[in-house]
Amino acid sequence: MASPLLSMTNLTFSVEGRTILDRLDLVIGPCEIHALLGANGSGKTTLAYLLMGCEGYRPESGTVVFAGTDLLALPIHERAKLGLTLAWQEPARFEGITVREYLTLGRAGADPALTLRLVGLDSDRYLDRLVDKTLSGGERHRIELASVLAMKPKLAILDEPAAGIDMLSIHQIIEVIRTLKAQGSAVLLITHQEEVATIADAASQLCNGRIVCTGNPALVIERFRGRACVRCDGERCGYDRT
Amino acid sequence: MTERDTFIRLLPMVGAEPEILNDERIAHVVGHGHRIVSRRSVPGLDLNLDETPDAIVGRMTVRAGVQLARPVHLCFGLAHPTGRQNIHLDLVVEERAAVSVLSHCLFPVAQAAQHRMRATVHIGPGASLTYREGHYHGPHGGMQVVPQASVMVGKGARYQSDFSLLSGSVGELTIDYAVEVEEDGVAELTAKLFGHGTDRITLKEAVVLKGARSRGLIKTRVVLADEACAEITGVTEAHERGARGHVDCLEIVQGRAQASAIPIVRVCHPEAKVTHEAAIGSVDKKGLETLMARGLAPEQAIELIVSGILR
Repeated sequence: MASPLLSMTNLTFSVEGRTILDRLDLVIGPCEIHALLGANGSGKTTLAYLLMGCEGYRPESGTVVFAGTDLLALPIHERAKLGLTLAWQEPARFEGITVREYLTLGRAGADPALTLRLVGLDSDRYLDRLVDKTLSGGERHRIELASVLAMKPKLAILDEPAAGIDMLSIHQIIEVIRTLKAQGSAVLLITHQEEVATIADAASQLCNGRIVCTGNPALVIERFRGRACVRCDGERCGYDRT
Repeated sequence: MTERDTFIRLLPMVGAEPEILNDERIAHVVGHGHRIVSRRSVPGLDLNLDETPDAIVGRMTVRAGVQLARPVHLCFGLAHPTGRQNIHLDLVVEERAAVSVLSHCLFPVAQAAQHRMRATVHIGPGASLTYREGHYHGPHGGMQVVPQASVMVGKGARYQSDFSLLSGSVGELTIDYAVEVEEDGVAELTAKLFGHGTDRITLKEAVVLKGARSRGLIKTRVVLADEACAEITGVTEAHERGARGHVDCLEIVQGRAQASAIPIVRVCHPEAKVTHEAAIGSVDKKGLETLMARGLAPEQAIELIVSGILR
């Protein structure tokens, strides 16, 4: 078995005495699409911020090893240079920065027009637009995905990548995730949309800060659909590796 | 080298090419201190400017219906470390006329110098004026600049102003612009400033929407570093039905800089509306982290965000 790309062990994170992530273990392999399902407030986005190294998201205990390196010792941009990146659920807006610039950040030779086409946006219409509040939520989401694609990361954390995307276009988002995998990226796919999660190679269910189920996506989705964990404390449903 | 030549050679520092002064299709005025060192008019534009011991004084009129294809360049400044420059200008854009003015204010070696501009602007019905003003005050911080303008925007007329001071030191800058807008008129005022060192910036812009369906926007972007300070006041009043105004102020503060924003909105008609937004603080954390998550070092990310805001 190949060495894991990302390995989290016994990860615990609290805010003001409230445990958000509770002794969390998770392993993601190279080029693996791993879906992380969970109800609102289960800790999905917190995990994404903690992995990326966002300010205020340092765990109390546990380890995170990424590509053989202790991730927790590094600032965000060093994690990015190792090949980790994050697409935010609500992406930032930037005054005065064009889509073209945003898609070529630090990447000489990047082809922003091609990247835009991969997320279903017309390059003639979008390359010279600003990444500011004039973009709709759906447009901004696609551009966020395009910037992740352009980076060719080892692991992309996608936090609700289909949020704000119309139902008819969800297949395009799914294709983007497949393209990431095809270009050699692993994906931690944070979602509560089952349709998106079905493309994963593996899935986990997060409940009250704990991984309560990891395994075949269809089984995890079925369990998530049953909403068995929505109201539990993470203890009753157990920690079940199927 | 003559005074004129010295000054003209410095024009690229504010984005103006000296060749424009030789182009017969382009109107211009070059004022050094209280001397007019070069001027040219074009058909449809009357330039009546005089030198006095205390000021350059005069009137610029774009005649009714004339739409000038090329911008008028106003180049003012001092090529000396000390001195004063006063400009008293009446700018008239008559009915249905249209003109773009590029104002270049250049004080490249100022150490204890002063520039005062007192302007009245009348934009006639259906007319349009775009006034872009770029300043360079040199590296020493010894400049005091006091631009004042009173602007009347006529019925269905359009006024756009854009003030920028993005490189070198500001020194002490006190801007006071007051704009009145008649029925169906539009006024958009944008100011972009980068202050550092011990720069002091006071910016007051007031838009009074007097007419029905008149519209106004005051947009300010200020980045402050070191010990610079700024006080930004944006006043918008709406007096008639359908008038719409917005004040949008963003100030980024770094180091020990200080900033304040005072948005004042006043609505005197139930079918008028004025909104405002003001944000003061450090660079947006999410934006910074997003750029870092794409591999930019913190200082690179801050530089990109700041340069974007001031574009």
